[in-house]
Amino acid sequence: MDPVIRIENVTYTYPDGARPALDGVSLDILPGTFTAVLGSNGSGKSTLAKHLNAILLPGAGRVLVDGMDTADEKDLIAIRRRVGMVFQNPDNQIVANVVEDDVAFAPENLGVESAEIRRRVDAALKQVGMYDFRMHAPHLLSGGQKQRVAIAGVLAMDPEVLVLDEPTAMLDPRGRREVIASVERLCRDRGITVVLITHHMDEAARADRVIVMDRGRIVMDGAPGQVFPQADRLRALRLTVPETTELILRLRAAGLDLPPEAVTPEACADAVKEALCH
Amino acid sequence: MLKDITLGQYFPGDTPVHNLDPRTKLLLTVVYIAGLFTVNTWGGYALVFAALCAVMAVSRIRPRALVKGLKPLVFIIVFTAVLNLFFTAGDDILFQWRFIRVTQTGLKRAVAMVLRVLFLVSGTFLLTYTTSPLAITDGLEKLLGPLKKLHVPVYELSLMMCIALRFIPTLIEETDRIMSAQKARGADLETGTLPERAKALLPLLIPLFISSFRRADELALAMECRCYNGGEGRTRMKQLHMTWRDAAAFVLGALFVGAILLLRRLGI
Repeated sequence: MDPVIRIENVTYTYPDGARPALDGVSLDILPGTFTAVLGSNGSGKSTLAKHLNAILLPGAGRVLVDGMDTADEKDLIAIRRRVGMVFQNPDNQIVANVVEDDVAFAPENLGVESAEIRRRVDAALKQVGMYDFRMHAPHLLSGGQKQRVAIAGVLAMDPEVLVLDEPTAMLDPRGRREVIASVERLCRDRGITVVLITHHMDEAARADRVIVMDRGRIVMDGAPGQVFPQADRLRALRLTVPETTELILRLRAAGLDLPPEAVTPEACADAVKEALCH
Repeated sequence: MLKDITLGQYFPGDTPVHNLDPRTKLLLTVVYIAGLFTVNTWGGYALVFAALCAVMAVSRIRPRALVKGLKPLVFIIVFTAVLNLFFTAGDDILFQWRFIRVTQTGLKRAVAMVLRVLFLVSGTFLLTYTTSPLAITDGLEKLLGPLKKLHVPVYELSLMMCIALRFIPTLIEETDRIMSAQKARGADLETGTLPERAKALLPLLIPLFISSFRRADELALAMECRCYNGGEGRTRMKQLHMTWRDAAAFVLGALFVGAILLLRRLGI
């Protein structure tokens, strides 16, 4: 399968930066996959995200979206339409003072015809479970609801890839759950490629692939079941492991034979049950 | 405390007035104001008042809401009255005490001016009470459309208005938060002389300003990510439609102006 995003040996240094924020990063993102990017502060994960839809352009190397080079000015709108981006603070992404008008913003920008905009807006709001709130004022919604509206606003462009840059950092636990559940559904049911930048290990545990960054380089890359059991390595990178992995590793140390790759709460529960029943 | 501010008060409803195209309402408001300013007879003022009452009745806006809106204007109204009452020249003196003199012309003019201000403000209130801010913005954008030919950035202006309206509640919330934060550190915002209180506002305004700039930056980025590319080639989800109701409203508007001109001619 051809990758939807191909990153080739990208290096990027911020104008006021002493060392590169990205240092020779290469990465292929396959369509329909759910990739989580982890890393401590300053590891370059947000910088990487900003390269995916041409907010930042590589200093060296190149980024291809569906074969289009992000450095090519004439493909800018085509790239941004394919790669939707959701940011941390939901308040600062919402343009209009009625939910449905905000979701309509992107397709209006793209010059989509009005009946089609209506259809896309309704579909996008239903996909994130916010259809009943379409006439609400955004400032009266909870953080998780606002963030889902922001996701709907991006979905209305009909993107292939959804990049989320720490979308749950400002939310309460309930809002976090709502947002992550919506994102997971979009990937599994709609086949949208998801790239999730996060600090939360339990969110990353739900991904197909986990990428760990440190000082502008990719240092670990694999399925959650392969990455998380390497707890010592993660700790050395100033990261934690999901609570499920922590539990399994301790039970293993105590002599129970559990599969270390059971990282989601469901898999972990099954594994523990299995071990206890024997 | 800041939560009490209601901006662009809009009372949602489903009446013939609410359902008119915002363009119609904007134009008719202009017609109404122009009509009001040509009135120079008591009969004319009665007609304007009757028209105002009729719109109020149809739109089911309670008179109390209008009175509440007019309250902050009491000072201007009293000022207008006093100015016209005491400073109008004329020889038909009604009352004189030392240098204070009230003439009949002055009294008439004072009443007329007060009515004019009241009717003017009430008319525009009826517009904002029955039309959502977004609809007004949309209507203005469409009405000012021809100015695009003169390179007036009509679309950008309307987007600015829309974003400003969107961020008012967010910024009020933020001001509340900063106020609490500064109070928690012992800031005193409520006592002291006026200059002292003005100075106390500084630690409030500076953080608010800085965070607004940060917000603007992030919003601009988010808009670019959603393919915002200026007003060129943009479409709209909600299109404005004129119906027979709007035609009927325009006919009523024309009748209103006709009647005012007739009364003016007849001098009633």
